[in-house]
Amino acid sequence: MHIMEGFLPFEHALGWTIAATPFIAWGLQSIKKHLREKPEQRMLLGVAAAFSFTLSALKLPSVTGSCSHPTGVGLGALLFGPAAMVPVGLVVLLFQALLLAHGGLTTLGANLFSMAIVGPFVAAGLFRAGRALALPLSACVFAAAALGDLATYVTTAIQLAWAFPDPAGGFAGSLAKFGAIFAITQIPLAISEGLLTVLVVNALRRFNADELQKLPLFGQRGAKA
Amino acid sequence: MKLRNWLILAAVVLLTVLPLWLAAPPAIGPDGIPGEAFGGADNKAQAAIGEIAPGYKPWFSPLLEPASGEIASLLFALQAALGAGVIGYWLGASVTRERLRREMNEKAAGQESSAQTAEDAAHAD
Repeated sequence: MHIMEGFLPFEHALGWTIAATPFIAWGLQSIKKHLREKPEQRMLLGVAAAFSFTLSALKLPSVTGSCSHPTGVGLGALLFGPAAMVPVGLVVLLFQALLLAHGGLTTLGANLFSMAIVGPFVAAGLFRAGRALALPLSACVFAAAALGDLATYVTTAIQLAWAFPDPAGGFAGSLAKFGAIFAITQIPLAISEGLLTVLVVNALRRFNADELQKLPLFGQRGAKA
Repeated sequence: MKLRNWLILAAVVLLTVLPLWLAAPPAIGPDGIPGEAFGGADNKAQAAIGEIAPGYKPWFSPLLEPASGEIASLLFALQAALGAGVIGYWLGASVTRERLRREMNEKAAGQESSAQTAEDAAHAD
């Protein structure tokens, strides 16, 4: 989902950066508040960040014959709320942009928007909806993490299609092209991310059941059950 | 639960490995040389931009580029290892904490029941 350095026209790069900035402030605020109230969950936040760090470093082959990587932000979005994953995504993207020439500073805003804003918010929203419908926890976790991952790549395709409309097919023509590159490639990877997230949540339920109960999105149902 | 976790892991491995066989071989490029198999989607998008807007010139280049593909994979491995290390530490700590808690509960239960027997014995006298 990384848009390469310099590969968004200036106005687009600036626009996405401006759009993403308030989310960073919100996210920092959200993490600060969470850790002030529950300092014992620092470790768990570290695990959520580490999960994203690891998954976004793994470039996996896909059925389209190209490689892409999961984002790993769904887990943290479920545990700590979507805003908390914005600063985490920022760290991951900065690491890759500065040291790996993967993504970039001019495209940081756009990449942050797709990976650390759209992905986590879609994941948390779906999870909340699934729980409200009283669907099984594992199914909620899987769908939230997998579709959040996919949403990130769809966003990247939209961002690129918007910046580079096809001379013949316009925005839609471009979206089909970029969608084929990003979204289709991502489908098996998104399934993998969903499954891995379920594994981590299973471990949490087995070994950290008390802590899990204290988390807003998990606690609600626990209180009812 | 345990069996299900193993099945999930197996599914992830299959999802990762099967595309290596299932994916169609890369199309032959205009120069008659087949394209790169399993290249990055990011680079494909870059190529697509080149097709859609041939006149577009990137206006900024990365400040620092890994000196080679080997260095890049070193850094990616480092990134993955850092994350995996933290997760492994947490998992180890959680498993141990859970075991200690169970042992303590068992011990407490054991003392209680032995206290109970002692009391019963006292009553029997």
